[in-house]
Amino acid sequence: MNARAARAAMIEVDRLSVTFGRGRAALEAVREVSFRVEAGAAFGLVGESGAGKTSVLRALAGLVADWRGRMAVAATTLDRRRDRAFYKLVQMVFQDPYGSLHPRHTVDRILAEPVAIHRLDDAEERIRWALDTVGLGPAFRFRYPHQLSGGQRQRVAIGRALILEPRVLLLDEPTSSLDVSVQAEILNLLTRLRAERGLTYLLVTHNLAVVAHMCDRLAVMNAGRVVEELTVDELRARRPRHPYTRQLLQASLGYDREVAAQLETFD
Amino acid sequence: MTATPLLTVDDLWVRFPGRAGLVEAVRGIGFEVGREKLGIVGESGSGKTMTGRAILRLVPRPGRVTARRLEFDGIDLLSIDERSMRRIRGRRISMVMQDPKFSLNPVMSVGKQIAEAYRAHFPAGAREARERALAMLAAVRIRDPRRVYDLHPHEVSGGMGQRVMIAMMLIPEPDLLIADEPTSALDVTVQLKVLAILDDLVTRRGMGLIFISHNLPLVASFCDRVLIMYGGRILETCRAAELHAARHPYTRGLLESLPWIDRPVRELATLERDPAWHDGPLA
Amino acid sequence: MTAARVRAWLLADAPASRAQARLGRVYLGVAALSKNPLAVVGLVIVAALVLVAALAPRLATHSPYGQDLERRLRPPEDAHRFGTDQLGRDILSRVVYGARVTLAIVVLVAVIVAPIGLAVGTVAGYFGGWVDGVLMRVTDIFMAFPRLILALALVAVLGPGIVNAILAIAFTTWPPYARIARAETLTIRESDFIAAVRLQGASPIRVLWGHIVPLCVSSLIVRVTLDMAGIILVAAGLGFLGLGARPPEPEWGAMVSEGRQFLLDQWWIATIPGAAIFLVGLGFNLLGDGLRDVLDPKAR
Repeated sequence: MNARAARAAMIEVDRLSVTFGRGRAALEAVREVSFRVEAGAAFGLVGESGAGKTSVLRALAGLVADWRGRMAVAATTLDRRRDRAFYKLVQMVFQDPYGSLHPRHTVDRILAEPVAIHRLDDAEERIRWALDTVGLGPAFRFRYPHQLSGGQRQRVAIGRALILEPRVLLLDEPTSSLDVSVQAEILNLLTRLRAERGLTYLLVTHNLAVVAHMCDRLAVMNAGRVVEELTVDELRARRPRHPYTRQLLQASLGYDREVAAQLETFD
Repeated sequence: MTATPLLTVDDLWVRFPGRAGLVEAVRGIGFEVGREKLGIVGESGSGKTMTGRAILRLVPRPGRVTARRLEFDGIDLLSIDERSMRRIRGRRISMVMQDPKFSLNPVMSVGKQIAEAYRAHFPAGAREARERALAMLAAVRIRDPRRVYDLHPHEVSGGMGQRVMIAMMLIPEPDLLIADEPTSALDVTVQLKVLAILDDLVTRRGMGLIFISHNLPLVASFCDRVLIMYGGRILETCRAAELHAARHPYTRGLLESLPWIDRPVRELATLERDPAWHDGPLA
Repeated sequence: MTAARVRAWLLADAPASRAQARLGRVYLGVAALSKNPLAVVGLVIVAALVLVAALAPRLATHSPYGQDLERRLRPPEDAHRFGTDQLGRDILSRVVYGARVTLAIVVLVAVIVAPIGLAVGTVAGYFGGWVDGVLMRVTDIFMAFPRLILALALVAVLGPGIVNAILAIAFTTWPPYARIARAETLTIRESDFIAAVRLQGASPIRVLWGHIVPLCVSSLIVRVTLDMAGIILVAAGLGFLGLGARPPEPEWGAMVSEGRQFLLDQWWIATIPGAAIFLVGLGFNLLGDGLRDVLDPKAR
């Protein structure tokens, strides 16, 4: 515990709550969630739909306005409005590679946009570097998204996230809409990038196997709360403490009549 | 497997005329389904969805279906006219799709839709149909059927919507159910509940089930037999429980490319696609 | 380079430059449009309108204003292919020069209306809240009046004349465009690719201009094209009521109006410009329908 605390925290989330809507229709999607991720670590946020895991990610990214609590990245406390420096530090990869690329922009334009926004003058080099880094050759540079496969699109999205050389990547179910063989390629790419560039990952997914493969630690969310935080080793040894985590783990191991009969609803 | 199969498919082809000649979505496959759970597994573009649709003659235009034999319970599905086909569709062979939201009528209560599905196939009064629908909702483990009966599709969750859809497809008591990724959009726990319902129907009522999915571990744990499809062909057929010992390099490659909770690896194996899987001779 | 090689270059799977990628896209659009025979008919009609307007001095056999009272109300004959009107003016020449007036109205209205509708709609849709409230209420006020009535009132205030007619039509035409642009913006705003560009630190202006507007433009082009027929009719209507083009300007609507009193005996005076209005209106409609299929952002 002490050894870990000694390493600098890259992401700190302290009693974060996120609300959607106002008044009687207000929905508290995230309730008092706290966790910290060390620099260079990969942290998983796991849960079923509606658990609030994506809302945590979007609040961190600044895409959600109504939040309370404290969030910090690289020891800088985050405001409601983020400045350009924040976006150079933190980037995000979305779930649906078909929806996250502008349908009328070529790969070249998609990659050039962040460079132009941050007024960097080495666009040409950066675009070539990004394409190369995500394993797409120069042949892909002037294609439109509809000319690419799902896996190729996700590579473009990762390239776009990397082109500003951020230190933190927020990954929102980055492989859940891909075929398993393509998933393996994307996960390997992400693993390699983290090792090479010392990136910090916050990975949101419903797939425990993906978390076990990618992360060191994970938090399990249900109904807006973190029910349990544990290491991947504890997960592998099937030693979760909370009954919700235990049920999730069992259900993830495949179909079993006995397990199906005993499922409970947690609120 | 039972002695007389429910469905026999032999040399089934699905072709689409395209800009660059014919596109072959399904290329000469054959299999039999008895009163069992048959899994069809493949990645996108493998032809698994078109196989399911071809059985019900629901391949979208301008696709064309041909087969040496496509026989359901002694009926040649390719030669009967559209009217006879409509009597089989829904009544004797049903299909559950991936997303219930697109398959349910948004302006009719879900209960009423199930009752209508019953009345479409059986001569029954409104009251009897309602009773049947309520019983069916209870059968798919919906806790308060009377309340859910009056809900509209936008008021039910994904898991409940999928159960409603299954209830609607099962109320005419079909002999064969084709389920195309019926649980892929659902949370794992809900998925398990839905699968348990299907499992009961097969074991208790003797229904046949074709379970189309991209999820290998799920199919391995749920089905009795598995067909592995790639490029419109069946590469391998094996017992589901023995899928982990599959012999075909494609099946092996798929299994090895998956991350597993209890088997840590530094790097996932990636699939090297062999052109022979597409065009070479089948084992 | 041969045609086949040009085609292969345009359809290349891996374009080598921005220009090639863009031209390939244009080529696919043109190819799709040319597969639709009705759209091609529409395109031919609209192209003919442009050609006739450009070549009016060469195509006209007489001056559009020249009166010849000795040869008034002549039926179509060799010297006057479409006959003459009550002042002895050659109808063919007037219809040909009228194409210029019609084209001017169409182009000016489109140039004024589309940007206003686009700006109001995308800003309202993207920012939401009170900005949306104010802009949309203003839009509603404009939409609450029948278009021709509002245009009539405006012309009455501004005074009759072709420029004022164009302004009046433009002023009454933009609200539906704002509505369309807003509806499109509302769906585009929620998409991941907009979230992605916001996450790169893009300013709202950049998100709107570089990412949202290009996606709204195609449906606006379709709508403007389809509306052109209506705009020509309103312009003709204003001309007919004496509030558009002033005599002796050869405006088709005004010509129909003038020919009205001779309709039974000298049918050609009102019928020929009427047919021109009909043909051009039809052309824009057919073209708009074809463009909808090609430009639909959801396609492909």
